[in-house]
Amino acid sequence: MRCDLAVIGAGPAGLAAATRAAEAGLAVELFDEQPAPGGQIYRAIETVPAPRRALLGPDYAAGAALAAAFRASGAGYRPGALVWNVDSQLNVDFSQDGRSRQCRARAVVVATGAIERPTPLPGWTLPGVTTAGALQILLKAQGLVPAEGVVLAGSGPLLLLLAEQLTRAGAAPRAIVETVPRGRLSAAARHLPAALRAPGYLAKGLAMLRALKRAGVPFHRGAEALAIEGADHAEALSFTAGGRRQRIESRLIALHQGVVPNQQMTRLLRCEHRWSDGQRCFLPVVDDWFESSVEKVFVAGDGAGIGGAKSAALRGRLAALGALRRLGAGEDKRLAGEAAALRGALDKDGAVRPLLEALYAPSAQILAPADDTLICRCEEVTAGALRKAVALGCPGPNQAKSFLRCGMGPCQGRLCGLAVSEVIAAERGEPQQTIDYYRIRPPLKPLPLAELAAFDVGDDAGDEAGDDQDAA
Amino acid sequence: MLKRLELDDGGGSGAAGPVRFTFDGREMTGRAGDSLAAALLANGVLQFRESAVSRQPRGPFCLMGVCFECLVEIDGVANWQACMVPLAEGMTVRSQRGGPAVVPLPQTERTGS
Ligand code: FES
Repeated sequence: MRCDLAVIGAGPAGLAAATRAAEAGLAVELFDEQPAPGGQIYRAIETVPAPRRALLGPDYAAGAALAAAFRASGAGYRPGALVWNVDSQLNVDFSQDGRSRQCRARAVVVATGAIERPTPLPGWTLPGVTTAGALQILLKAQGLVPAEGVVLAGSGPLLLLLAEQLTRAGAAPRAIVETVPRGRLSAAARHLPAALRAPGYLAKGLAMLRALKRAGVPFHRGAEALAIEGADHAEALSFTAGGRRQRIESRLIALHQGVVPNQQMTRLLRCEHRWSDGQRCFLPVVDDWFESSVEKVFVAGDGAGIGGAKSAALRGRLAALGALRRLGAGEDKRLAGEAAALRGALDKDGAVRPLLEALYAPSAQILAPADDTLICRCEEVTAGALRKAVALGCPGPNQAKSFLRCGMGPCQGRLCGLAVSEVIAAERGEPQQTIDYYRIRPPLKPLPLAELAAFDVGDDAGDEAGDDQDAA
Repeated sequence: MLKRLELDDGGGSGAAGPVRFTFDGREMTGRAGDSLAAALLANGVLQFRESAVSRQPRGPFCLMGVCFECLVEIDGVANWQACMVPLAEGMTVRSQRGGPAVVPLPQTERTGS
């Protein structure tokens, strides 16, 4: 099968990109691992019952229009499809309904979004400990909330938003344990004037904090030395704040230290990445049209650097324009005009980011985990073991794989990659940019051997014929 | 541990009726629209498996297909990401104990969901 534009991911960026490109007449295929459009931010947006939708608020409900426009656009849609490889010729290998096939694309938009930053802490592997995002997914997609409360620990806007949504749902958290150090706010304040240019964000943030206060949710600030206690499951979170050790019992504990681009696809494609001190993670290098260093590969949405849902949709549209331009499918002048307007809107919406990045920079504890803390959950490698390997001469993440097997488990480094780069950089006294990241190889997720064995891209003619029937 | 939102009961999401499945032989019910992981959590199951190396208890962490902590055996086939699999009537689910760290994983959606 063939298409003009393959879009990977059905969050706001992917939906917007696919919609814009299809409206311009391109043959678009959108691949997404989830069964329905929306990504994580607009999870279940098409099927959510009205009361829950109201509870989640207007920012969530805004996703419905994006999904509806996409459905009406004529873009091809492949839900439940895992893209496990994209090669340099832009052949997209995907698995759907137990079968792997290939789609030959002329351009690709990677819209695989963000994942939560790894949060290595003592006890973070115990059942009952999740990401904050996981709890929000349960709320959005299933209407499930903690029955006896949850302790939310870490920092970032998502942590506060989740706290407020749970409170409104009648499931207020037992406590918020925030790791933002004292004095951070005044240090971040220099970004305040710029942030005021972004419409609405600050007012919403303050309203959220007020609502939490009104609801009487205990708020511990400046928490350090977090540890999750428990034998077979989480039982309590202990931490130091206000000069004393404290302990809050809970079987559910949700961690959060901000989100970072999901790099698997852009690393696989060998896109150039650069370390960002502001976002404290690697970002794929993109130009004005969100085209990466690999020709005709665009990266839209949070995958190109964290900007939030509104920016993601704007970037998606811009990436689609970039693809139209690259494929000669639009009049340059008109594309440029539309792109300029989008860039203006992006600039405005993104103005809040430097403040958020400075205020909610990840905690020192997770950036430099204690020696006995597990850093690679799959292969059960501690930060101490990694440091020892570095002392023995291990120069980077890819060598750490062969020293320790870290990053070699089923998650393929998604949950340890950044932490491993950080620890090695600190131990060697070199910048993260130099240390770099795991090399990512296909398949992006393990596949059944039988499916791989049956995978046959076929010669061109045969493939096309088979595929036409498929599409009919 | 987790409860369904009461406000949803008027909203139609429970109208489809219960979906029955078993986990390690225990009979459980979930709802249409649940992922298998969500249904297990709603039934009070926090631990889905034991870790591959030192057999420590593990359960879902991300619920978005990233962490692979939710791996379970479904109808005799191991290594499904429970958070990515829609719950289906009659599933026989078993927790995973140890085993090799890297094994082939079925990744596609099951039919009949
Ligand atoms: S819970 Fe993380 S992959 Fe399923």
